[in-house]
Amino acid sequence: MALPKVVGIETEFGIRGGPDGDPVTSSTLVVTAYARRMAAPIAWDFDDESPGRDARGLVAGPSYAPVIETHLANAVLPNGARFYVDHAHPEYSSPECRSPVQAVLYDQAGENVLRRAMAEANAELAPGERIGIYKNNSDGKGNSYGCHENYLVRRDVAFRDLVAAMVPHFVSRQAVVGAGKVGAELEYTRASRPAFQLSQRAEFFEEVVGLETTLRRPIVNTRDEPHGDPSRFRRLHVIVGDANLSPVATAVKLGATALLLAAVEDDGLAAFPPPPRDPVAALRALAIDPALEATIELESGEAWTAWDLQDRLWHLASDYAERTGAGAVAEPDEVAFLLAQWREMLDGVRDDHDAVADRVDWVAKQRIVEGYQQRYDLAPTDARLQAIDLQYHDIDPARSLAARVGLRTLHAPAEIDGAVTSPPASTRAYFRGQCVARYPQDVVAANWDSVVFDLGSGPLHKVPTADPLRGTAALTADLFSRAPHARDLLAALEG
Amino acid sequence: MSEQERIQRQKATRERDDVVDVHAESTRGDQLKADLDDLLDEIDDVLEENAEEFVRNYIQKGGQ
Repeated sequence: MALPKVVGIETEFGIRGGPDGDPVTSSTLVVTAYARRMAAPIAWDFDDESPGRDARGLVAGPSYAPVIETHLANAVLPNGARFYVDHAHPEYSSPECRSPVQAVLYDQAGENVLRRAMAEANAELAPGERIGIYKNNSDGKGNSYGCHENYLVRRDVAFRDLVAAMVPHFVSRQAVVGAGKVGAELEYTRASRPAFQLSQRAEFFEEVVGLETTLRRPIVNTRDEPHGDPSRFRRLHVIVGDANLSPVATAVKLGATALLLAAVEDDGLAAFPPPPRDPVAALRALAIDPALEATIELESGEAWTAWDLQDRLWHLASDYAERTGAGAVAEPDEVAFLLAQWREMLDGVRDDHDAVADRVDWVAKQRIVEGYQQRYDLAPTDARLQAIDLQYHDIDPARSLAARVGLRTLHAPAEIDGAVTSPPASTRAYFRGQCVARYPQDVVAANWDSVVFDLGSGPLHKVPTADPLRGTAALTADLFSRAPHARDLLAALEG
Repeated sequence: MSEQERIQRQKATRERDDVVDVHAESTRGDQLKADLDDLLDEIDDVLEENAEEFVRNYIQKGGQ
């Protein structure tokens, strides 16, 4: 049986401005401004983290000492998310969610967190030092930053099968869920002079499979860090996606991928299309062709378009859902919704852009870029078109263009506000979020698979949360209601 | 109603439907164009005034 598809999204946001123009300073200001709202700072416990461990069995890079980092700007939020400075970007890592649509809710809650954090930081800065924040993946000058997805997968599925199953999807899904980009920024893509690409990220990928995330980025990332029991769980860490502004696109990005993963867990590889002969070249070639006419050669020798691949994968997912219900991914209504949206968006990008401009980010962006270009008769390289691209992703509602193109919503504003402070009920994020909300003075550190308490005397108490599907409201709400203090909770857990 | 009449009737109905379809299609197209025009006006209002400087200064350090 496929494992329940616990999913989450980590987003590194673009940032500009600040007192000295240095993105590390500005990111730190934004995160600390937000952390100040909370009762007590909570550190990240790096014990058990091993980003250098490779799913192919090799172990590369330095080992990480078990250490609680207190000097880095970091906050563990009452919704179970982590908000911190990663490299030179503010990053929001959503709590573990139990379905794609729930993950959209917590992704949007993350946008709210960034908006509030930015407003608080800006309140203390001079007008000329204003910080701006962007939910995008590239600066247009050859620098990219990620929006990563995570999926819980059975450990006993061979990693090479995951690669074979997912590469056709990862190279072609940009036709449906790409965020779009004006122009090109790396030499090998610039040679083709594309006016517009399907994806922010596609041209930054150089390998098919690999461990890196900042250099020589691979289409399938092998970071083997399950944040849970390694004998049962794998966390597939997907780095090849764009940050979406369209909530429906985020849902389909997660839903399609989760359905295909569940299908490979339950049924194996047989129904999957063969991988492209050269996946990296395919990813790039498909990206620079928004007309969706380009074909890529598969290992079978056939030439397929991105649309053909997505169509085949949709049928595979749809058949899987019909046969099994796809309960590992979501409730029946949600599975039906995800498949219907995926289908409509796939048909729309080929046949009727106007019908899907309210859901497909690249179509929504291309419409305004081309409309603006025609209105003022601009060259494709005009800075105003690049500015429209960047500003599509601005998280400030006063400036955001995505907020103006009429994107369909999935959750009411009040629900999104609620998700800033309440964790998902059906994963271990519930336990983490409740600990942070209820005992802020006693929780000194947390990470994905533990919460560390300091009761003031004696040793630190570490509560492991090695199973993403435990620590739920069903299992612990009663415990919390009977534990007014952290010591009561620990006594109950140890007793 | 004779077979002949029924066919003519169906044909007439179908032609009326066709006319309505064409009309709906052009209305939808006009509406979309008007919406896009409004949107482009709005973009003019909020787009960074100095686009060139904004784009030039938007430099990120690489991330993951």
